[in-house]
Amino acid sequence: MGSSQSAQEEQEYRALAERTGFSLDQIRNLHKRFKHLSHDEETLRKEDFDEISDLTPNPIRSQIIDAFFDKRNFGGNEVGRVQEIGFREFLTVMSHFRPLRQNLTEEGIERIRREKLRFLFNMHDKDSDGTITLDEYRSVVEELLSSSAAIEIETATAIADAAMLEVASVTVGEMAPGQVYEGITFEHFLEILKGVEIEAKMHVRFLNVDTTTVRCGKL
Amino acid sequence: MPSPRRALPAPGAVVDPRRSGYLLVVSVVVLGCCLLPLGAASTPNKTPQPGAPKEQNGSPGHGGSHASNYTKKLFPVLSFDYGHVKPPFVIFLWILLASLMKLGFHLIPRLSSIVPESCLLIVVGLLMGGIFKLVGETPPILRSDLFFLYLLPPIILDAGYFLPIRPFTENLGTILIFAVVGTLWNSFFIGGLLYGVCQIEGTLSTVGLLPCLLFGAIISAVDPVAVLAVFEEIHINELLHILVFGESLLNDAVTVVLYHLFEEYAGAGAVTVTDVFLGIVSFLVVALGGVMVGAIYGVLSAFTSRFTAHTRVIEPLFVFVYSYLAYLSAEVFHLSGIMALIACGAVMRPYVEANISHKSHTTIKYFLKMWSSVSETLIFIFLGVSTVAGDHKWNWTFVVTTIILCMVARVLGVISLTYLINKFRIVKLTTKDQFIIAYGGLRGAIAFSLGYLLDTDHFPMRKMFLTAIITVIFFTVFVQGMTIRPLVDLLAVKKKQETKRSINEEIHTQFLDHLLTGIEDICGHYGHHHWKDKLNRFNKKYVKKCLIAGERSKEPQLIAFYHKMEMKQAIELVESGGGVKVPSAMPSTVSMQNIQPKKPPPERALPQISKGREEEIRKILRNNLQKTRQRLQSYNRHTLVVDPYEDGWNEILLKRKKMIELEKKISQMSNYLTVPAPPPDSPTIARARLASDPQAWSIKPAANADTVPSIKVDLASPQSPDSVSTLDEFSRRQQQQQEEEEGGLMMKPPSAAREEQEDGKEQQRLQRCLSDPGPAGTEEEEDEPFLP
Repeated sequence: MGSSQSAQEEQEYRALAERTGFSLDQIRNLHKRFKHLSHDEETLRKEDFDEISDLTPNPIRSQIIDAFFDKRNFGGNEVGRVQEIGFREFLTVMSHFRPLRQNLTEEGIERIRREKLRFLFNMHDKDSDGTITLDEYRSVVEELLSSSAAIEIETATAIADAAMLEVASVTVGEMAPGQVYEGITFEHFLEILKGVEIEAKMHVRFLNVDTTTVRCGKL
Repeated sequence: MPSPRRALPAPGAVVDPRRSGYLLVVSVVVLGCCLLPLGAASTPNKTPQPGAPKEQNGSPGHGGSHASNYTKKLFPVLSFDYGHVKPPFVIFLWILLASLMKLGFHLIPRLSSIVPESCLLIVVGLLMGGIFKLVGETPPILRSDLFFLYLLPPIILDAGYFLPIRPFTENLGTILIFAVVGTLWNSFFIGGLLYGVCQIEGTLSTVGLLPCLLFGAIISAVDPVAVLAVFEEIHINELLHILVFGESLLNDAVTVVLYHLFEEYAGAGAVTVTDVFLGIVSFLVVALGGVMVGAIYGVLSAFTSRFTAHTRVIEPLFVFVYSYLAYLSAEVFHLSGIMALIACGAVMRPYVEANISHKSHTTIKYFLKMWSSVSETLIFIFLGVSTVAGDHKWNWTFVVTTIILCMVARVLGVISLTYLINKFRIVKLTTKDQFIIAYGGLRGAIAFSLGYLLDTDHFPMRKMFLTAIITVIFFTVFVQGMTIRPLVDLLAVKKKQETKRSINEEIHTQFLDHLLTGIEDICGHYGHHHWKDKLNRFNKKYVKKCLIAGERSKEPQLIAFYHKMEMKQAIELVESGGGVKVPSAMPSTVSMQNIQPKKPPPERALPQISKGREEEIRKILRNNLQKTRQRLQSYNRHTLVVDPYEDGWNEILLKRKKMIELEKKISQMSNYLTVPAPPPDSPTIARARLASDPQAWSIKPAANADTVPSIKVDLASPQSPDSVSTLDEFSRRQQQQQEEEEGGLMMKPPSAAREEQEDGKEQQRLQRCLSDPGPAGTEEEEDEPFLP
């Protein structure tokens, strides 16, 4: 690579670092990985993700892959899906999994919580209407259980129903028999998952990201 | 630790608790006095018992008039042969004494909230020892073999079996660093500095370096029994609890190695580099060997439990026997028995629980809790007795220096280690956390027993050591144990959240696991989650098939969780008596219909539970519904307040909210309806389903909500005044407890909102009521406000 190119890249990296909060090293690593996945092209497509063999046994892989192509996760306010993403979008999606920084204020932590939970919410809310309906929730549970064979659909449905019921009872509390619970809104979602410390749990250690060789992360 | 092992003060005690407390104390004193002559009574083999006619018939005791040169006496109708049963008799008298003491403490109202139980028990031991000495008998000392072989294993098994695996493995690195590095630091710091002090101080200059180091090793280990005893009562948050407790368990390996190393070479007088190297190797062998032994026994036990479908009665036995054998096997090779026990319990638990029946599960739980409770009580009492009994050699310098050094070493160790650990942790440990970790480093009976084991020939200063050890134990248990509770409150340390895992949390935790694994794979970074996922898949594919019987081996975790939850709900519903729930049944009128508007409700909103389980549930319901009916005829607060030992205490109160939904499901289950039941209306369902005392139902729920909050019986607006007096009491209690309970849970909307359906006035009354926690509220104090 010529020096001018790397200087340009450096600048780009710096801008990205500003935006997403990663360090320059991490961005360099991730860029290498990006190039590896996309076979040195500028953009990533769904098929490229399908090639990752480790991802195959994962029960929710299609949802994960979809999340990368979901415009709602790109930081703006757009909705919809794209067919291919550039490095910038890749990095933005990854930034949702950054470990929690130290010395954050309460508000900072709350903000990060909301961000991460928003990501999760978007994964469930496939039709982007702002609520998770019963059907969407059912499909979530079904996918989760899809990895084990011999699963009966009714069980998955029942679990999803019970979960939905719980959300409704917790958030709304009281509904007359005629009323209808439309779906889980983002606020309800926040409430339900208050007990799970998302900001602490939803992260991946990026310390040893390496493209081709395998290295165990530190505990 | 999941559930408190302590008794709640019986809320509805008919007898005045103080009077019964005094009665108890008196009876205990009498009992104690009985122990003295009986304990002192010598065996018939040594000295003849006066008035034991059997003596004259020959030592074996029973009949046999072989000797011809005796004068024939009248046939003894009543004879006294105490020696025959002495050993078990004395043992069980002690156990009885210990248990009665425990009872007594909780009957005396304010005592148990100020002073931790361990302190009280030591004091009792001191008193007993004093009484023994007064009478002139030699009191029993806590013998090391008794302690290590019989008293310690139940406590450790209880801890290991119920070890919360997830937080433990998440913090394993931190725990290991504290346990290994921390204990090493402590031992060498204390031992080294003590040696220096001994050299300076004239009278102590005979104490060599190695004995000092050995003493340091003995005294530096944090004791799991003491930690459990104190931490159990302060309900601290899970992270801190698992850190201190995990450390106390895992430092056993270090202690064992150091102890044997120094003991071995204290005779030789010097330690070479080879010895140090061997020591390190030995440490690895001891720790890993212990874990392996435990794991092997755990797998064996899990495998055995696979075949117990036809002999349910002895299922708990396998758990206990295999675990104890694991402990003993590890001790045979001088491996770490504690780690073996922990590994055994932790390994076998998921598989055994999938195989055994619900009753066996309850049996195991209660037996473990019972044994560990008795053990702990005995240990502390004996510590007290041994203090009085042992001959001590008090040396001011030594003891005071020891105490100071212990504290300083602990604080320094924790601070520096935390600084190091925080570089690698995501959730950093704050100063408050560090303080609690340092302060919670209690020493206990293990240190005493190890000191007791010392050989007097090699260690002429053994008495001095023992005195110092006891003083440190007393200091940590009394001073630190008593003050940690107010300190925790003062520093506003996060307490344990009493929430129960909801199905949503479970779903999302699993979802998150898979998500993070996926992201790691995309990054190409084989991290934490990746390996965990691999382990899980290996577990599911191979291990579960071997160790879990029948179809349950294929059951995914989520479904198992769901079934467990449903089963629990069904049981709680029935156990707590349907009648109680009616007043508080309003909470959520949300039902299946509310979430599925667009299409008709599903035909079977029920899981397809296997026939076997359905049978089980139905049997439970059938058996208990009968009791419910009978119970409700003569209700009082006793039957309605469910046994507080049940860890379902929280669950019950929580699940009451969902009773309506559940009832519907149960009815559908029993009737095998394929047509959905008519839209459920809370009071009517309750009325129809549980054919209980009609009077209980005659009051409209709204009215109940009315009367419930007011503490004084406010006859202003109840609709049926005659029922107020009867139901008001217990329903108020249930209400309060439920309010407190739910206040602490994640459900934000106050249950008050659910209770009152029309009246704002009622809400006010509720608010007033809620600000006053009921008597049982002191047990579970939540920090979160009841109302927003």
